[in-house]
Amino acid sequence: MSSTDLTSLTIAEIRDGLSAKAFSATELTQAYLSAMEAARSLNAYVHETPDQALAMAAASDERLAKGEGRALEGVPLGIKDLFATEGVHTQAASHILDNFKPRYESTVTANLWNDGAVMLGKLNMDEFAMGSSNETSYYGPVVNPWRREGSNAQLVPGGSSGGSAAAVAARLCAGATATDTGGSIRQPAAFTGTVGIKPTYGRCSRWGTVAFASSLDQAGPIARTVRDAAILLKSMASVDDKDTTSVDLPVGNYEGAVGQSVKGLRIGIPREYRLDGMSEEIEALWQQGIAWLKDAGAEIVDISLPHTKYALPAYYIVAPAEASSNLARYDGVRYGLRVPGEDIASLYENTRSAGFGREVKRRILIGTYVLSAGYYDAYYVRAQKIRTLIKRDFDLAFAAGVDAVLTPATPSAAFGLAEMATASPVEMYLNDIFTVTVNMAGLPGLAVPAGLDKAKLPLGLQLIGRPFEEETLFRLGQVVEDAAGRFSPAKWW
Amino acid sequence: MSVDIATVKRVAHLARIAVTEEEAASFQGEINAILGFVEQLNEVDVDGVEPLTSVVAQTMKKRADVVTDGYYADRVVANAPVSDDDFFVVPKVVE
Repeated sequence: MSSTDLTSLTIAEIRDGLSAKAFSATELTQAYLSAMEAARSLNAYVHETPDQALAMAAASDERLAKGEGRALEGVPLGIKDLFATEGVHTQAASHILDNFKPRYESTVTANLWNDGAVMLGKLNMDEFAMGSSNETSYYGPVVNPWRREGSNAQLVPGGSSGGSAAAVAARLCAGATATDTGGSIRQPAAFTGTVGIKPTYGRCSRWGTVAFASSLDQAGPIARTVRDAAILLKSMASVDDKDTTSVDLPVGNYEGAVGQSVKGLRIGIPREYRLDGMSEEIEALWQQGIAWLKDAGAEIVDISLPHTKYALPAYYIVAPAEASSNLARYDGVRYGLRVPGEDIASLYENTRSAGFGREVKRRILIGTYVLSAGYYDAYYVRAQKIRTLIKRDFDLAFAAGVDAVLTPATPSAAFGLAEMATASPVEMYLNDIFTVTVNMAGLPGLAVPAGLDKAKLPLGLQLIGRPFEEETLFRLGQVVEDAAGRFSPAKWW
Repeated sequence: MSVDIATVKRVAHLARIAVTEEEAASFQGEINAILGFVEQLNEVDVDGVEPLTSVVAQTMKKRADVVTDGYYADRVVANAPVSDDDFFVVPKVVE
């Protein structure tokens, strides 16, 4: 098989090809390493680990020869820079974590290696996962492998998991880990024609994942197909004593759900997601999705989630508040960057001033403000009460028999690099308007590509499920994938 | 609600982030835009609503109160920008 053929295989096809000995894990890894080298202009990886990848692939080949292949044996993956990887660059794409090489492995990545996966390197992202365009990275922006038809303008891949989404779309890894605090898996997946799932809060351990907003952060995969996302999530998810919010429930048979009938499932269409001024293309995509699910035997019901419009403002209190607390640990003493000062306070202030980027600083300041004496009740407590109401909206819909909710994934297709540079922070935050409710309520959400816009850029739909019912989302997602087809960018890099 | 420059500087000091006059001014504008955006939360009647503390109803897991980890100070300080004999080194804090 040619190198291009190898990198175009899905994870399911890799599994079949390796067990049929059509190619070796080493050949496959080599093909990806070459593709990564040729695609450095996309800036998807911040650190490549070719030696480690080839050693892991050789070990996989040994196992496969003995017939002892595991669930992800020999599958080459990219890892978001947010996951601690022992002895390997882990900086959350921030200057403040310069040279940080953890002495431990995150639970999610340890699970992947235990299942035989191969690490290709660490993927670019928005600094500390704060951003919706991957433009806040200390390592510079990631370039979306997609371009508008007839244009050479560079587009953003979305964020914060922009490196993960771009690398999967550009075939620089077979699949990638990602994280989602307000839409950071689903929005970049939608911008790159890839599949991304944020599982239920508590499904994947947060241990060893650099914290942004602990009550919202959840890890999940970005992949090229719904089935591949199911395969990856099965390995990433676990019950973990090292994370007290890891939920004590067995991991589901996600791949087994792919292809199962959706007949009789009740799909809620929330009227509050029909925004004023929403583009006709997004509306048409949503209607198309409704028609596909209906044709597959699902029952469509209109629902109301009345507190939807308050999710984004409440998020921009809760997330920065938790971030300001989590990021207090970066002090120039224990790890990372250190900028000297005349005393300990100025050492802290100088280090944090030089080490954090502007977006991160602004969120820390907002978070510090809303948690400060006199404002805590007015902002933080009120936002957490509104969060209760947002969750209750979903609880009531589910109690009324709704199995899943269908919405657009994003209000638009990918936008241009630097196009939002003069926009206010609030305008940038609107990217997450359809995704952020899901984090606020702790629910699982799947973004699946559903079509192309007028400029031939991918657009995605989002399916929201009941807690710990990811299987339902994989069933429904496969229906969309079957109807819409798969999308990949023409190679220009 | 909106913040003035003095508040921005006070908050930056609480957060231990050094800011210049210029930075403080530009943060002030951005923070006020965000505070303006979140103002709409005041429309919501939250009387009698409990603040959400956990999205998943489960009792906090507790492990046995025993030592399960540790005894590797060298690994703990391995990433420190300055360390000495398994200690973190900071500027003098006690006269």
